[in-house]
Amino acid sequence: MRFVDEFRQPGLISKTADEIRRLAGTERHYRMMEVCGGHTHAIYRFGLKDILPENIELIHGPGCPVCVLPMGRIDDGLAIARQPGVIFAAFGDMMRVPGTQGSPLEHKARGMDVRIVYSPSDALKLARLNPDKHVMFFAIGFETTAPSTALTMIRAQAEGIRNFSVFCNHVTIIPAIRAILDSPDMRLDAFIGPGHVSTVIGCRPYEWIAHNEHKPIVVSGFEPLDMLQSIVMLLRQLKAGEAKVENQYKRVVPWEGNRAALRAMAEVFQLRPYFEWRGLGFISQSALRINDKYAEFDAEQRFVVPGIRVTDPKAAQCGEVLKGVLKPHQCKLFGRECTPEHPVGALMVSTEGSCAAYHSYEHRKAAMVTLTA
Amino acid sequence: MCLAIPGKIVEISSENQDSALVEVIGVRRRIDLGLLQDDKPAAGDWVLVHVGFAMSKISEQDAADQMNTLRMLREIDGAMQEVQGYGLEDREIDASRLDYKEPIQ
Amino acid sequence: MAAPATFSDVPVRFRDSQIEMAHGAGGKASRKLVEGLFAPLLFGTFPGPLSDAAHVEINGTTIAITTDSFVVKPLSFPGGSIGELAVNGTINDLAVSGAKAEALVVSFVLEAGLPTSVLEAEVRAMAKAAREAGVRIAAGDTKVVEHGKADQMYVTTTGIGRPLPGVTINPGSVRVGDRILLSGPVGDHGVTILLARGELDLEADLRSDTRSVFPLVETLVKAAGPGIRWMRDPTRGGAATSLNELARDCGLGMVLFEDQVPVRDIVRGACELLGLDPLHIANEGQFLAVVSPEYADAAINAINLAPGGSEAQVIGEVREQPAGTVLVTTLYGGSRIVDMLVGDPLPRIC
Repeated sequence: MRFVDEFRQPGLISKTADEIRRLAGTERHYRMMEVCGGHTHAIYRFGLKDILPENIELIHGPGCPVCVLPMGRIDDGLAIARQPGVIFAAFGDMMRVPGTQGSPLEHKARGMDVRIVYSPSDALKLARLNPDKHVMFFAIGFETTAPSTALTMIRAQAEGIRNFSVFCNHVTIIPAIRAILDSPDMRLDAFIGPGHVSTVIGCRPYEWIAHNEHKPIVVSGFEPLDMLQSIVMLLRQLKAGEAKVENQYKRVVPWEGNRAALRAMAEVFQLRPYFEWRGLGFISQSALRINDKYAEFDAEQRFVVPGIRVTDPKAAQCGEVLKGVLKPHQCKLFGRECTPEHPVGALMVSTEGSCAAYHSYEHRKAAMVTLTA
Repeated sequence: MCLAIPGKIVEISSENQDSALVEVIGVRRRIDLGLLQDDKPAAGDWVLVHVGFAMSKISEQDAADQMNTLRMLREIDGAMQEVQGYGLEDREIDASRLDYKEPIQ
Repeated sequence: MAAPATFSDVPVRFRDSQIEMAHGAGGKASRKLVEGLFAPLLFGTFPGPLSDAAHVEINGTTIAITTDSFVVKPLSFPGGSIGELAVNGTINDLAVSGAKAEALVVSFVLEAGLPTSVLEAEVRAMAKAAREAGVRIAAGDTKVVEHGKADQMYVTTTGIGRPLPGVTINPGSVRVGDRILLSGPVGDHGVTILLARGELDLEADLRSDTRSVFPLVETLVKAAGPGIRWMRDPTRGGAATSLNELARDCGLGMVLFEDQVPVRDIVRGACELLGLDPLHIANEGQFLAVVSPEYADAAINAINLAPGGSEAQVIGEVREQPAGTVLVTTLYGGSRIVDMLVGDPLPRIC
């Protein structure tokens, strides 16, 4: 696979890992947060923790749009879908996320018309193919995905499609990072920046992290070599006492971002004054809603939503795990009441949430004797 | 939010300039080029695909540069140590400045 | 486990209040249903790890018997259709239990409104598959249900066969150092079906791998019979699920070498695009075998030389740790645990 396999070459990976070990030395302990759920997934998929030295600790950040979605919002989306003649369309990631009455898949088992789509444009296509039904697209994702949702609505409006709406749960990444850095218990040295969000917003939005908070941030790709190279770059900055924004993922991320994508977002969306993030609480100006020009596609305007807030049990320590204060297994519910099959809190719900990833990948490895590869 | 894959544009639709057929080792899917209006790709270009939309063009040059940088990792630091050994530099040279092109601020 | 006084005393450990799609997907949920409800109530007198087929003794003769239902949408897809799956699937379950299928009986549940041409095509496909495998279809049954109740058709086949001499399948016989073999590339069938459903709008030149694996199993038994510990055909849930079950049953670790697991580029591409792991994707024409180290070379060489076996590989080995778990390692020293899925693999965008 072009632009994938080159960045998975074992020889270069080993070499870069050696360089990391050399740079990291033994005296200092480094805590780096990878913001984005896709990076969390990559760390586990490629077994990167096995080749990093002990004194580099990777903390999993809040960049998992499924994990931070409050249960009440899932209930709201499903309430709309319960209306007669509505088709509920969503990405595969959403299908097993539980609401208070069950997940979308469980609702499907009970007779609701639930469809998995790969793209918001597939949801619009469903609307074209089913003129007698209404298709509601449950939109999630950060700035990587929001432009595609926006463009889909722009196209829907241009075509005069009437039986399509979007239940918008898009969130923005910067406020989440700010919430992490504002937390008093947080002790992070550096950030591995979200690579695909940055194809849209560019690298400038992270400058305050370097200038005001004095933390280095490297915008990183998702292949093993990308992440390892980003760690090399972070270590070099940390050792030199520097803090700046660097772009490791140059082949894909433009420093200035994608203007056309930002225009599409500005055309369709506006910021909500505040939005609840599961595990982090209410954060102002951190989520998108559909503006008046596109109100006809706003599921929250076309339908009545219960809007009931569902709080997680106090025992679920998602917030502390999200901020990197606690490790997943240190939460009292981890592996007991809260497992990937029966998730209680946000981070167990999606396969790339810290707790779910830790449960599937780390938990049992911890019991192992050293492996010889 | 993050799963995006490099794909090669094999054909741009004649009826709709924003619609293209992209291929990822033999798997084909129609994608929307609407987010790349400012920098339209052509057939043969590689793009990053996320949820059926092209997000960015992939720069083969940058990819090649990155590969070179990675290959040269130890050599650069080795060269630095040589230079320092001759006392030609008082302070540690920032190796990163050599490889990574900073944008003109 | 001692025989209960009456069957009404047997506790049922399955706690879910209703059956969900996940319970049929071959992963964790399926296993919970079988182990928690079916096994205690039905299999009381035959304790032990659950396997694809049962070897039942009748008047001194051992007969292998198995059954399987085939529920697939669409009915027909590149490389095959429900008819072939129904015949090959049962032949394969018998084969990996170490038996040669002799006869099948088939049961149809048909949806009212099903075009006869569709039914005929499937029955022809079954006849052809059975003929090619040298297996008789001996009897059958048909029921028709109302329109909307059977997804066009459901097929169940039950097969009986003769155990092959010289091979005993027993997860308890697996030892540290045993090698894990796979007969060919993973994921062809599952990805073909996913694409054929048309929901994801992907196109690829890919076919289901449905076939009888008996000839290759027979070759393996001839070359390495005494060294075979266990076999399984990884259908729903993929190779990861089958190996997880084995790991659980024998208490050892299944360590796979990622670069040695055969997978077609096209399957890789589709899986990367959809965020799926090929190890979780169903096959219908492959089998896994665990073979002792003394016989492993002879085993893989024999399979590679046999028709249809050229892509077989040794994909890993059995180790003490991580116990009860499947671990995949990479060339550069990284590793990850591959769990059983809860339900069907779902595409993701994150």
